[in-house]
Amino acid sequence: MTDVAVLGAGMHPWGKWGRSFVEYGRVAARAALADAGLEWRGVQSVVGAGTVRGGYPGHVAGAAFARALGWQGARVASVYAACASGAHAVAAARAQILAGQADAVLVVGADAAPKGFFAPAGGDRDDDPDWLRFRLLGATNPAYFGLYARRRMAVYGDTAEDFARVKVKNAAAGALNPLARYRKAVTAGEVAASPVVADPLRLLDVCATSDGGAALVLGSMEFARARGAADPVRIRAVSTVTPRYPRTVLDLPDIATDSGCGTGPGPAGAAVPFRASIARAAYEEAGIGPEELSLAEVYDLSTALELEWYEDIGLCGPGEGAALLGKGATALGGRVPVNASGGLASFGEAVPAQAIAQVCELTWQLRGAAGARQVPGARVGIAVNQGLFGHGSAIVAVR
Amino acid sequence: MERTRKPAVPGWFTEEGGFRLLGTRCAACAAVFFPREDAYCRNPHCAGGGAMEEVPLSRRGRVWSYTDGRYRPPAPYPSDPGEPWEPYTLLAVELEAEGMVVLGQAVPGVGPADLEVGMEVEVVGGVLAEDADTVWTTWCFRPVGGPA
Ligand SMILES: [Zn+2]
Repeated sequence: MTDVAVLGAGMHPWGKWGRSFVEYGRVAARAALADAGLEWRGVQSVVGAGTVRGGYPGHVAGAAFARALGWQGARVASVYAACASGAHAVAAARAQILAGQADAVLVVGADAAPKGFFAPAGGDRDDDPDWLRFRLLGATNPAYFGLYARRRMAVYGDTAEDFARVKVKNAAAGALNPLARYRKAVTAGEVAASPVVADPLRLLDVCATSDGGAALVLGSMEFARARGAADPVRIRAVSTVTPRYPRTVLDLPDIATDSGCGTGPGPAGAAVPFRASIARAAYEEAGIGPEELSLAEVYDLSTALELEWYEDIGLCGPGEGAALLGKGATALGGRVPVNASGGLASFGEAVPAQAIAQVCELTWQLRGAAGARQVPGARVGIAVNQGLFGHGSAIVAVR
Repeated sequence: MERTRKPAVPGWFTEEGGFRLLGTRCAACAAVFFPREDAYCRNPHCAGGGAMEEVPLSRRGRVWSYTDGRYRPPAPYPSDPGEPWEPYTLLAVELEAEGMVVLGQAVPGVGPADLEVGMEVEVVGGVLAEDADTVWTTWCFRPVGGPA
């Protein structure tokens, strides 16, 4: 059995608050501990999801959060995997629990993101692919999202109106979420009237940078039962896979893909694109298929990218994302709501907190405690994203 | 004074005998890498032991996708904040022989309206930035038979 129990979930509201990431993490951690009904001193381990921009140099996430909560001698770890940091922190906590090293582990991620485009840290680093793509090409994150969006238009016939519909859907869900940064409905007309950032994507197609924090208290099933939680939300799978060579789809922050040269007829694994392989590994570990999902939280860094995730997590076939959206299947009230939380469209990016926030949302949904945005009868959820430099991340939660 | 032309990044392209991107090829498995990988082969199926040899890449390829940058990118992209921002166009190009997709800016004057996925383009030399004594050179893509 690979299940661990989600004993508690908590967040700091997202926005632009102008405070330290440590404070967002502390507030989220206190909320998660209160939700779990646990004293901080009763937790034997803390795993901090790292941020380079907010948390380093000068801070290392796990210890920064532990100090803010009060040094109490817990086991500590810090995990950095860019956008996948939170999920990798969950993986580290889960491994400790399954190994019997701790009954209860606190997982925390938080960031204070700068305004505007994400940019690499200073200095000349011509061996750093992230630095090079900015230096040589001016290729911002939205530039990559624009490339993916334009490719979908050419290959599948997606339209700018399809993309706008994703924003309309996620903003409608986010309007119901008191923790989201943006809490008002958006119309397709407002998306179309917003300025182009990276052709064909407009400002309202692309997620903002935000401050925010999220935390979970995870525990062993025995510990949960002993505390009277007979049927807790459980994490059943955590996928942290890398791509397989040759990676033939361009991904952040690379300047080029791998070449197919020299691989002969093609190694078996490479037939599955990276994003799809992330979800596939989680399904395999969970023994659950996409047809069993009640809901999904996916990284909608852009509206067009959300459509890609529908296909990558198996909600529909390649190129069918826009049609699935058009039928209302992924909206609240649909067959399998995607980003019931409001997604990054409503939260914005606080990098190390994001994957943890996704699991908070799954937890509240599977408990039936998501209020106005509740997916009725939710039993199975998946949260997916990918981190820079080949970090995969998917988490399956069940009730 | 004559300004010196220097590559914005060393060893990634050559202007001698016609502009070419430079990659490396593993002598053991024939895998090709760009940007160049000189130290080791990254193919997990490779038997290993092969030297990494410099190899010029295809002159031509087809547009995989394209976009533009309507807002000024942050540093370290070279751009003068005192000057108005001129959007650049970015192409992802699938190289003819290698099958790899390589990013590059379009030559000046080529915008998204001039491009289509699948269109044939060629790699040419370009200028990333200029300062008092140096012209920093780079690579660009230009539609074949299109605007120069
Ligand atoms: Zn090799």
